[in-house]
Amino acid sequence: MEYLLLQMLNGVQLGLLMFLLAAGLTLTFGIMDLVNLAHGSLYMMGAYIAWTLIGWTDSFVLGALLALPATFLLGIVVEAIVMRRLYARDHLDQVLATFGLILFFNELVRVIWGPAGKSIAVPAFLNRTVEILPGVPYPAYRFAIIVVGALVAVLLAWLVARTRIGMLIRAGASNRRMIGALGVNIELLFTLVFGLGAVFAGLAGLMAAPITSVKIGMGDDILILAFVIIVIGGIGSIKGAFVAAMVVGQIDIVGRAFLPDLLKTFLSASAAASASPAISQVLIYVVMAGVLVWRPTGLFGQRS
Amino acid sequence: MSLIASLRTPRGLITVLLLVVLAVLPLLTQAFDQRYLLSIGTRIVIWAIAAVSLNMILGYGGMVSFGHAVFFGIGGYAVGILSHHGVASGWIQWPIAIVAATLWAALVGALSLRTRGLYFIMITLAFAQLVFYVGGGLEAYGADDGLNISRSRFPDFIDLRDKASFYWLCFALLCGTLWFCSRFANSRFGLVIRGAKSNELRMTALGFPVFRYRLAAFTLSGALGGLSGILLANEGAYISPAMMSWVKSGDLIVIVVLGGMGALFGPLYGTIAFFVLEETLPPLLDLLRTGWGEYWQIVFGPMLVLVALYAKGGIDSLFGSPKEWRRHG
Repeated sequence: MEYLLLQMLNGVQLGLLMFLLAAGLTLTFGIMDLVNLAHGSLYMMGAYIAWTLIGWTDSFVLGALLALPATFLLGIVVEAIVMRRLYARDHLDQVLATFGLILFFNELVRVIWGPAGKSIAVPAFLNRTVEILPGVPYPAYRFAIIVVGALVAVLLAWLVARTRIGMLIRAGASNRRMIGALGVNIELLFTLVFGLGAVFAGLAGLMAAPITSVKIGMGDDILILAFVIIVIGGIGSIKGAFVAAMVVGQIDIVGRAFLPDLLKTFLSASAAASASPAISQVLIYVVMAGVLVWRPTGLFGQRS
Repeated sequence: MSLIASLRTPRGLITVLLLVVLAVLPLLTQAFDQRYLLSIGTRIVIWAIAAVSLNMILGYGGMVSFGHAVFFGIGGYAVGILSHHGVASGWIQWPIAIVAATLWAALVGALSLRTRGLYFIMITLAFAQLVFYVGGGLEAYGADDGLNISRSRFPDFIDLRDKASFYWLCFALLCGTLWFCSRFANSRFGLVIRGAKSNELRMTALGFPVFRYRLAAFTLSGALGGLSGILLANEGAYISPAMMSWVKSGDLIVIVVLGGMGALFGPLYGTIAFFVLEETLPPLLDLLRTGWGEYWQIVFGPMLVLVALYAKGGIDSLFGSPKEWRRHG
């Protein structure tokens, strides 16, 4: 029972990380109609920039806090140079150009930081366990990810639902031309939204770094999961992205934690060990296919 | 416009020259003793078959499938698994592999063609990832490391271990695929597919069951993709999940767009350009400064961005405006 609870918490933690990534993706798609495959590169850059800054400042918190404006800046530069030209293009051009950006960023990282992976140590004050229930310890760092992720999710919900900028974002998602005609500076809004997405991606990358290690291409696989999430949730819907991220997080963890034991009852131990991550991944895609067959625009997507 | 007639234009001349060079490539590489070039040539021809098959749905039909490399994997794994279990004859392996690819394409098409836009891109990607992870989970067939296989046997017909014979077989199949694609593009069936790309609503209003037409095209394209997978597995005598990673699907899209979407020979130009860049960019960068060649993708990536932004017609449009399009326009 305790094991189940801990694994479910791990699922929540993974889900929140993926939500941070998916939120930026779903915003850029919902508002700018942009398919950004290079979103995973921003996740990777966030982790690498944080690695450098943590080295300079000798403090995890300070380095991480400095890395956020840096990824915001990076996002704005990428938006100004490339993305801005892609908004009006069809999806194929966007796929092609952002695929090129992935190659560019992966190679850029190799030039700047070298081919070997880096590791970020868990900060000392979080390198312990907390008792989430009496007698049930849980790693403090993972708990901190859950707290930060949940805070950001709430902040985002507040930003979108309650503030003026959120109102413009929602208006932009339903009719871009109209809010432009009403005198809103759309270009500035787009740049801001893209930068915001970059910050969330960078935050997810640097928070994941102590758990997964910082390496080239780290954003590519998780990016595909993030796309699966926004497609399940319905593109453009923050709520949908959150629900789908939680579901995908749980499926992934269940696959990793429980399938090996289950499979061992009828497979050899090594076959079970190599088959279960595959099965949990397959399960995620089966869920996605099922949702799309049932609702071709996702759980919370707009019906056209 | 028939294949022969389209070869009488200036663009036709370039194409004929290209095909002639490709046809005699084994003789050339033997004469200059460049065996490595023949293996690149073989891969170019195989990838071109896959690119032509993707062009049928992407270029002519506007269906942005982001999972086409899955057919490399299905064709390859069908051959590899059969050969692993002692079924060595290509006469048995190849039809089974094509049927497997066709069935998978029909299933994926039936589910994913219900969706549009980004949803379609992502669901085709997701199905490809699904097969990719299944391949990585098959402990009996090498899991992530892949599996060395023996090449398909065609007794008394052709020996695939002979590099030149294998190349010519691939080249013949490429010519067959191109011929098929030209027949497709100008048939009533192909025109419905192309019409649905420019205006789906109108095609529906005209009474065409667009979904069924698209599904048929998607399935055909998958079958041809499976053929390229069979050849790819035989080329390296090796199968692994890496042959169907999503990056390969991206490469295929790059090739089709680079060559010129919806142009018959576009995928061939694109494949050649892609492989030539891959082989020549590193030494060129090394000329600038030793060691830079390793980082060739830092140049290649922005090149793709520029192609996406400024070179819509791809290489094919360099040879003049495609009259083929206008005639049916």
